[in-house]
Amino acid sequence: MSTVDHLVYMANQIARELASQCPDRPVAATRDHLRQFWDPRMRQAIVAYLDGGGEHLSEIARGAVAMLHETAERAG
Amino acid sequence: MAWIGERDLGTKAVSAAMSATVTLRIDGQNLAVPEGTSIMRAAALAGTDIPKLCATDTLEAFGSCRLCLVEIDGRNGYPASCTTPVADGMVVRTQTDRLAKLRRGVMELYISDHPLDCLTCSANGDCELQDQAGAVGLRDVRYGYEGLNHLAADKDESNPYFTFDPAKCIVCSRCVRACDEIQGTFALTIEGSGFGSKVVASQNDSFLDSDCVSCGACVQACPTSALIEKSVIAQGTPDKAVITTCAYCGVGCTFRAEMRGEQLVRMVPWKDGKANRGHSCVKGRFAWGYANHRDRILKPMIRASVEEPWREVSWDEAIAYTAGEFRRIQAKYGKDSVGGITSSRCTNEETFLVQKLIRQGFGNNNVDTCARVCHSPTGYGLKTTFGTSAGTQDFDSVAHADVIMVIGANPTDGHPVFASRMKQRLREGAKLIVIDPRRTDIVRTPHIAATYHLPLRPGTNVAVLTAIAHVVVTEGLADEAFVRERCDWSEFEDWAAFVAQPQRSPEATEALTGVPAADLRAAARLFAIGGNGAIYYGLGVTEHSQGSSTVMAIANLAMATGNIGREGVGVNPLRGQNNVQGACDMGSFPHEYSGYRHVSDPATRAMFEQAWGVTLDAEPGLRIPNMLDAATDGTFKALFIQGEDILQSDPNTHHVAAGLAAMECVVVQDLFLNETANYAHVFLPGSTFLEKDGTFTNAERRIQRVRKVMEPLNGYGDWEIVQLVAKAIGLDWSYAHPSEIMDEIAALTPTFATVNYDALDRLGSLQWPATEAAPDGTPTMHVDQFVRGKGHFVVTDYIPTDEKTGPRFPLLLTTGRILSQYNVGAQTRRTDNIAWHPEDRLEIHPHDAENRGMRDGDWVSLRSRAGETTLRALITERVAPGVVYTTFHHPATQANVITTDYSDWATNCPEYKVTAVQVAISNGPSDWQQSYQAQAERSRRVLPEAAE
Ligand code: SF4
Ligand code: SF4
Ligand code: SF4
Ligand code: FES
Repeated sequence: MSTVDHLVYMANQIARELASQCPDRPVAATRDHLRQFWDPRMRQAIVAYLDGGGEHLSEIARGAVAMLHETAERAG
Repeated sequence: MAWIGERDLGTKAVSAAMSATVTLRIDGQNLAVPEGTSIMRAAALAGTDIPKLCATDTLEAFGSCRLCLVEIDGRNGYPASCTTPVADGMVVRTQTDRLAKLRRGVMELYISDHPLDCLTCSANGDCELQDQAGAVGLRDVRYGYEGLNHLAADKDESNPYFTFDPAKCIVCSRCVRACDEIQGTFALTIEGSGFGSKVVASQNDSFLDSDCVSCGACVQACPTSALIEKSVIAQGTPDKAVITTCAYCGVGCTFRAEMRGEQLVRMVPWKDGKANRGHSCVKGRFAWGYANHRDRILKPMIRASVEEPWREVSWDEAIAYTAGEFRRIQAKYGKDSVGGITSSRCTNEETFLVQKLIRQGFGNNNVDTCARVCHSPTGYGLKTTFGTSAGTQDFDSVAHADVIMVIGANPTDGHPVFASRMKQRLREGAKLIVIDPRRTDIVRTPHIAATYHLPLRPGTNVAVLTAIAHVVVTEGLADEAFVRERCDWSEFEDWAAFVAQPQRSPEATEALTGVPAADLRAAARLFAIGGNGAIYYGLGVTEHSQGSSTVMAIANLAMATGNIGREGVGVNPLRGQNNVQGACDMGSFPHEYSGYRHVSDPATRAMFEQAWGVTLDAEPGLRIPNMLDAATDGTFKALFIQGEDILQSDPNTHHVAAGLAAMECVVVQDLFLNETANYAHVFLPGSTFLEKDGTFTNAERRIQRVRKVMEPLNGYGDWEIVQLVAKAIGLDWSYAHPSEIMDEIAALTPTFATVNYDALDRLGSLQWPATEAAPDGTPTMHVDQFVRGKGHFVVTDYIPTDEKTGPRFPLLLTTGRILSQYNVGAQTRRTDNIAWHPEDRLEIHPHDAENRGMRDGDWVSLRSRAGETTLRALITERVAPGVVYTTFHHPATQANVITTDYSDWATNCPEYKVTAVQVAISNGPSDWQQSYQAQAERSRRVLPEAAE
C-alpha cells in the first residue's frame, strides 16, 4: 500500500468507527481525531488527496478532511 | 535456600486490621498480637526465634518436623509452636531443659541421615539445618552413619539453574508446599513414607522434563542445600544484597540482587516487594546471564553506509558523529525529518530524556515508543472512558475478586507471578471466565478450571463483548444505582439501547464469533451478578483493528455492572514489557507530554517551554508506522532508537526494512547488535538494569527503584549516553544522577507531584497518581469519581477486520509468547532459558494438519499476503480448527514477515492477532529467510578500532 493509500484507508477506518461512537457529529469527531493524532505532513497529504478528487474517501472522511482544509486555510 | 540477612518469622502474618488483638506471655514477656497468629510468629516478633525446620513465613504452617515444640501452662505435652495459634492469657515457655533435650533428639535424627560436609557444602553459613543444629546445641550424633541413609542418592542437575541433591534433603516438604501454595504448579510431591519418603518431580521425572516451570520458589523455600542455585555452587554464598526491580515484564517483581564482592551471585525475590510479594518467575530469577554474554557490544561503532562493516570508535567520536548527522539532516531536510523511539525496557528517567531530546533538541514531536505495538489502545480507550490511561487496581486487588474475567491474555506465560496470585484466588473459590481463541493454560491447570471458556474467532472481540453487554442490559442485570451516580446517564441510555438491539444478542452473533450463545449468556450472568467482577486483559484485546474499541467495550461493561472504584474489581491491562506503563507516562507518544497531556494544550506547553527554555511544537508528531511511511516517501531521514528492535518486533518486516533502508542516519542504542542494527549507521552500546539507577513503573502504576549493583561494562548508563548526545547538539543538560531527572518529571507532571527517590526509598514503591491529596500514591483509582468526572459510555459497533480469510489464505494466524522467553528474545535467547524454547513453532489443530498431510515436527511454510517464512509444526488441540498460532522470539523465524499493515483505527497499534495465512509442507527455510540471514551476517561485520 502506498503512503497515501494507507492514509486514505486509515481516514476511512477512523470515520467508520466514529460514525457509531459519535452519531451526532461524526464528521467533526473525525476531523478532531485527525487534528489530534496526525502530524501535519499526513494531514497535508490527505488534504491534497481530497483536492485531487478524493475518490476513495468515505463520505464522513471526506467531510472531515474538507474541514481540516478549511482550518488550515484559516490558519494560513 | 534461606534468604541471607532477612528475618524469617516462621509463619505468615495475620492482618491486624481484620482481627482482634490477643495478649499473652512468652518467656516472661507480655505481648499483644492479632488473633490467629502462631506462637512461633508471636515469639519471633518478641525477639525469640524458636528452632524450626519445616516452617517458613511464606508458607502455611505444616507441623511436621517437631523441632519447634513449646510448653504451654495448663496444656499437656509439647505442642508445635508453628501450628498452635495464640490465645488470650496464654503463658508459653520456649526454652526449658526438657524442650532442649527433645529438640536435640529430633535434630540428631535429621543429622544422622545428612552428610556432614558442612565446611565444603555450597550452602555453608547459609543453611538452616546447620543453624538449627547449633541453636539446639547438638554436639554429637549417637546413631552413627553406618545405618540406612540417603547419602549416595544421585543429584538431579537437569535444570540449567539449580540442582536437587536428595542426600541433603530432610523431607520437610517446604519445596512441595512452595510449588503448590505460591507458584500453583503442583510439580512436586513427597513419594513414599517414613524413611523411604523422598521428593519427586511430576511422575518421577527429572526437574527439566517435569511440569516444573523453574520459578525458583522451591529453591528459595528449601532450608538446606538440597535445592540450590548453580550460581551459588559456582561462586559461593553472597555477602550483600541490593534491592532492585526485574527488567523483563510488566509485573515488576522486586528482587534482592545478592552479590559477592562485585559479582552478582543470584537474584532472590524480595519478600516486601508489593508487586510480587516474594515470588518470581524463571526470567527475573535466573535469566540475567545475558548481562555478561559475549555477544554484548561494549564499544561504540559507526559506518557511513549499512553496506560497510562497522568501525569501532571512541565515545567522543560516536557522539559527535550522531549529533553532526542529526543537525546536518535537519538543515537539509527540515526540522521534522528526524525523530526517535524511546524504550519500554529503559528507565522512566531515560525515557523522559529521550523524549526531551527530541522535543527540546530536535524541536518536533516525532517520538514514539514500542507501546505503539502493544498497549496504545489501552491508553486511548481508558482515557476516553475513565479519564486516565492506566489500569484501575493494584495486584493485591485480585485477592478480593469473586469473578475473574481474562480476555486475550495468557497470564501464566506472559505475567507469571501475577498469574500465581490469580491462581491462589481461584483455588480459594473465585470463578474464572476466559475469552480467548486458544485454550491457554489458565483454562485448566491443577486445581483450577475455568467456569466458562469462550473460544472466540480471532478478530471478534467487540462482537463478543457487546453480546455480553446485551445480556446484562436486556436481562436487567446492570447496576443502575452505580451508573446513575457515577456515569453520564443519558450516554448510558444510548449505549444500552444500542447493545440491546436484537442483532447484538449472543444468538445472533454466534455464527460470527464461534462462541456458543448459551455459554456466553451464562458467562455474562456470572460476571454481572457473581460479586466482585475483575477484568484482566492483554494484547489479544489491543492488537486488533478494533483494539481501542475493545478496550472501551471492556470499560463499558465494567461501568454497567458497577465493577469500578473499589478493591476486587476493575479494568486491568496486563502490560507487556517492564516499563511500558512508564514509557507511556513519560511522554513517549507523539501527541502527549508526560502525564498524558496533549501537545496542543497551551498551558501544559507553556510549562515545559518555561522549564526547557525553548519554543515547543504544538503539532502532534509521527507514530512509528507513520515514520516508516514518511521515510519511504523521503521526508523522514534520521531515527534515534533506544533499546527497541523494531525490525523484529514490528509488523510487516519488509515495510520496516524498506523504511529503515531509506534513512540517512539510524542510531541504535542497545546491548546487542539487534536486527534493527543491520540498518543502523551508529551503534551506541547500552547498559543493563544492573548497571544503572532509575525507576520502572509496572502494570499497577507502581513506580519502583532500579538500583545500580555494578559498573556499566560499556562505560555509561543509558541516561548518561542520551545526555552526551544532548550536550553535543548544544543543550545545556547537567544531570548528575537520575534522581535529578525524577525531580524534573515530578515538577512538570501533576500525577507525579510527590514522587522522588527519598519517598521511594522510604515507602518501597509508589503508585501514581501521587499528589498532595494522596502523597503516598493511589492503589485503587476512580474511588469516588472518575478522573474525567462522569464515566463515559461509548457505543462500540463491531466492524470486521479487512484482513479476511479466503481460498488462498484460509487460516487465521494469531501470535503470542511463552513463559521462558521475552519479547524478541534478545536477552532470554542469550541465557539458559533456551532449554525450554529452542525455536518458534507453529501450533496447528490436528484436523488442519491432517488435511495438509502434516506430521508433528514437520517443516512448514507459513504464507500471508505480506510474506512467507518457515518453521516447524506443533500439532495441538489448544488452537481451534481454522486457527494457527506462533511466537516471535527468534529472529530466524521472523514471524512478522507474515503480519500485515492493518492496525487499530485510533492508534495504529498493529493487528498482530489476526492474519489470514496458508500453511503447507516445506523443505526448509524460505528464500527471504536465507537472504535475510546472509544480509544480517554481512551487516554485523566489525572492524576493530584502528591502533593509535
Ligand atoms: S521451580 Fe517452581 S515450578 Fe519448579 S518445582 Fe520449584 S516451585 Fe515448582
Ligand atoms: S528439597 Fe529442601 S525443601 Fe524440599 S523437602 Fe528436601 S529439604 Fe525440604
Ligand atoms: S519477568 Fe515478570 S513475572 Fe518474571 S520475575 Fe520479572 S517481573 Fe516478575
Ligand atoms: S517448624 Fe513447627 S513442626 Fe516444623
